[in-house]
Amino acid sequence: MYAVNYHRPTSLDQAAAALGAAEEAKILAGGQTLLPTMKQRLAAPSDVVDIRGIGGMETISADGPVLTIGAAATHAHVASSADVASVCPALCRLAGHIGDPAVRNMGTIGGSVANNDPAADYPAALLALGATVVTNTRQIAADDYFAGLFTTALEDNEIITAVRIAAPEKAGYAKFPNPASRYALVGVFVARTGGDVRVAVTGAGDDGVFREGGIEAALSSNWSADAVDDAAVSADGLMSDIHAGADYRAHLIKVMAKRAIEAAG
Amino acid sequence: MSDGIGASVKRKEDRRFITGKGRYTDDIRQENQAYAAFVRSPHAHARVRSIDAGAAEAMDGVIAVFNGDELTGDGIGNIICGWMIHSKDGSPMNMGAWSALATEKVRYVGDAVAVVIADSQRLARLAAEAVEVDYEELPAVAAADRALEAGAPQLHDNAPGNLIYDWEIGDGAATDAAIAGAAHRTSMAIANNRLAPNPMEPRSAIAVHDAAEDHYTLYTTSQNPHVARLVLSAFYNVAPEHKLRVIAPDVGGGFGSKIYIYPEEITCLWAAMKTGRSVKWTSDRSEAFMTDAHGRDHLTTATVGFDEGGRIVGLKVDTIANFGAYMSLFSSAVPTYLYATLLSGQYDIANIHCNVRAVYTNTVPVDAYRGAGRPEACYVIERLMETAAREMGMDPSELRRRNFITRFPHQTPVIMAYDAGDFDGNMDKAQAAADVAGFAARKAEAASRGKLRGLGYSAYIEACGIAPSQAAGSLGAGVGGWESAEVRVNPVGTIEVLTGSHSHGQGHETTFAQIVADRFGVPIDTVAVVHGDTDKVQFGMGTYGSRSGAVGMSAIVKAMDKVEAKVRKIAAHALEASEDDIVIEGGEVKVAGTDRKMAWHEVGLAAYTAHNLPEGMEPGLKEGAFYDPTNFTFPAGTYICEVEVDPETGVTEIVRFTAADDFGTIINPMIVEGQVHGGVAQGIGQAMLENVVYDEDAQLVTGSYMDYTMPRADDVPSYTIEHNMTAAPSNPLGIKGCGEAGAIGTPPAVINAITDAIGNNDLSMPATPQKVWLALREAGLPQAAE
Repeated sequence: MYAVNYHRPTSLDQAAAALGAAEEAKILAGGQTLLPTMKQRLAAPSDVVDIRGIGGMETISADGPVLTIGAAATHAHVASSADVASVCPALCRLAGHIGDPAVRNMGTIGGSVANNDPAADYPAALLALGATVVTNTRQIAADDYFAGLFTTALEDNEIITAVRIAAPEKAGYAKFPNPASRYALVGVFVARTGGDVRVAVTGAGDDGVFREGGIEAALSSNWSADAVDDAAVSADGLMSDIHAGADYRAHLIKVMAKRAIEAAG
Repeated sequence: MSDGIGASVKRKEDRRFITGKGRYTDDIRQENQAYAAFVRSPHAHARVRSIDAGAAEAMDGVIAVFNGDELTGDGIGNIICGWMIHSKDGSPMNMGAWSALATEKVRYVGDAVAVVIADSQRLARLAAEAVEVDYEELPAVAAADRALEAGAPQLHDNAPGNLIYDWEIGDGAATDAAIAGAAHRTSMAIANNRLAPNPMEPRSAIAVHDAAEDHYTLYTTSQNPHVARLVLSAFYNVAPEHKLRVIAPDVGGGFGSKIYIYPEEITCLWAAMKTGRSVKWTSDRSEAFMTDAHGRDHLTTATVGFDEGGRIVGLKVDTIANFGAYMSLFSSAVPTYLYATLLSGQYDIANIHCNVRAVYTNTVPVDAYRGAGRPEACYVIERLMETAAREMGMDPSELRRRNFITRFPHQTPVIMAYDAGDFDGNMDKAQAAADVAGFAARKAEAASRGKLRGLGYSAYIEACGIAPSQAAGSLGAGVGGWESAEVRVNPVGTIEVLTGSHSHGQGHETTFAQIVADRFGVPIDTVAVVHGDTDKVQFGMGTYGSRSGAVGMSAIVKAMDKVEAKVRKIAAHALEASEDDIVIEGGEVKVAGTDRKMAWHEVGLAAYTAHNLPEGMEPGLKEGAFYDPTNFTFPAGTYICEVEVDPETGVTEIVRFTAADDFGTIINPMIVEGQVHGGVAQGIGQAMLENVVYDEDAQLVTGSYMDYTMPRADDVPSYTIEHNMTAAPSNPLGIKGCGEAGAIGTPPAVINAITDAIGNNDLSMPATPQKVWLALREAGLPQAAE
């Protein structure tokens, strides 16, 4: 790791000031991606601004059908939260299968969403649930937020403060882990809210998380695993690497979608 | 006695390991310690035009930057391969020059071209990044078959066509004729995937130079410190042996990768002399993936022929072995005398011929890795047997039984003379423990859940303890295959065993003490095992090839024989009895049939006070021995793997795994089981998970655990372990060795089980979910079972 300046602000204003003053700053929310990257000398920020000291950032609350998860809430916290379970139990299960216990006790939802790793789990959930990303300056709909590999709608130094989710009627997630990294090789999150069916896929797309229109259409008329069989999933635009070709990923999208539907009940 | 041979004594060394008190190389700090960081090539193949270290040298805290010209200019010798192989035309192998720091060319990603010595590790690494190397990139090749093609990039001038040797064993014409006349022939293309060794502790070295004495000390992660000292002295000209002490303290796993002397250790020793500082280097995991010698990487085609009764008439094998960019220390022996000589498996085969071409590629050097040649051989013959049985419509266990060797000794046509074994007995035990009889019902039940269940066998044999030395030497070995020991009984009766074997996870401090406790009837706590230091231990060949039990312990037995003879003389003299009447048991030395006796420690004291010794006897009670085995030992067994495949995803779950091994005499069953567990896990890793991948430009794709699939706890099942026992006739304890069996026997059992489940024999390792899914599609089975 190269030398780096560490800041631990206690307010959003202080955080914004530290970010603005630094040559090249990174926000540290849990560090489960950032720190290994820095240790391997693949990232060399001049400053890291640790937002976990900001009051309330780790809070999870449910206001009726609306769930607000603070950006610094750990995966372990989300997995075990009664508030999350009351609004969207599928999210608890998703969070409980991210990484390993050490990662879950350190990694946070805000960090994951800000990083937008194309194989991370949360982006699929947020996109399928039509979530809102709340920052220190605005609110961003998930549809407008995810913008490709490790790319988001966030401006420089914009700080995610929370993620807001409205309760779905049905939601489920199924992940096929990469055998080596255990990130999602294919992860499919299905959700139905009102008449709106949304299916989001992580781990598979050349351009990061995306909505799978064919399966959405099939499920809109028939919310069942069988309906997925009739949907056509194209391998175009899917990743091909040493672990899985695009054809296999396309196949797994359907299999995981079916399993997500079964998990959703 | 409870601590003796056959007792599952808890490991004496584990207190320090599990309380974090192990003392590994990186834990050691020297006065005036500096740190080395290596400047490594990002290119797989390139000419080095120039190296500009000016910016690095100007950095605060940088002591020196050295390059390969300076190193070779000081007379540091090239790294050598220590086993001479001659091609079938009689020419010696083509060994390309390997300098510890590359001079004119780099030949793989990670090849070191310079070293920075600095006050801290951080500074050394920063400065290494500031060294500017001007490379002229050259075309590169990673795959061994492609390296043999006309027009392939050429690595070494003295190895035209990248060919190191073209070697054969057996009678080719007779084998061809036998196969031509066979009633059934099975041919397969069989690849043995490339593995990264991944010991938990990465390699590390601290070099200390005492300028006043002109004496060097090297602390390093070695499986064989004396061999390290020998080659550092004799070939690399670092220092003469009496001026060089090599210490291998606690070492956290090796699996073969810590047998060899690498560029980093040599460079640290030389740099310590140059700078007057102690120089430390510890590999990080990325460097380990890039520079630790890899294992396996064979491409083979093989044909086996059978007569109408299902008896093998001939086996023909052609193998291309990828050696990487340079010849590592034992590399040449692995695909020849450790591979082709085991192709007979457990079977009575009259005709075997094997041709092996060893090839340079722009990859990390390849050398022995747990099993070393024997897993590759076992995989070839056991994949062939299972596939042939399916083609002939026979039960695969019955086909094996029909061909089992049942009489010993048995001379194979490929050098090995098997001296003992009970292959039917191993198969019986495995089949009973695996409940093979109940498999059909389990398969039907799995099918009702939409799962494909399969069962696969592997009847492996291996050879441990390369021996005898004279025979190994005649085959090209550069070192002997013996081991040494010294047994010291102290004046208070406690015992120190100095062994040339080296423990890096094997539990020698326990098992070696057990055979002493067993022999002299003393508590195991009074026995200490000393190893891993060339200044303490007389000499040794170290630990590899499952040799420490069969060879290392035999040396201890020989030394104990001498100690016992002297104890008898001392006691007989003191107790005024005949030597023949002396009995050693329960910590006492007695005269049989009387109440006259001495406590064990009284004998020790008598030896050192020398007040009352027999006429002419030298004082003291310590004896040394060198033991050179008369033959290899031949552990063998049957492994049965049972899997369930999810046809929707291609995911394979190992639902049962049974290992029935014949290791000869077992000193500590718990430790042996641990060795089997670890070996089987590594075998499952090779079969289903692990694979080193280089891309078209010979860049390493699997350079971290993000892409290299190490086995995890949930990847492996609980194992059922059975033991059969035929004693090895070639050593006094009857030990055969157990360290590599799991890694050797497991891969074919797993692949045979998966191919049984999916109905397609064409499946390569690692059998990842994608590969299994694709093989299922090719086999035309329904993918969706629901």
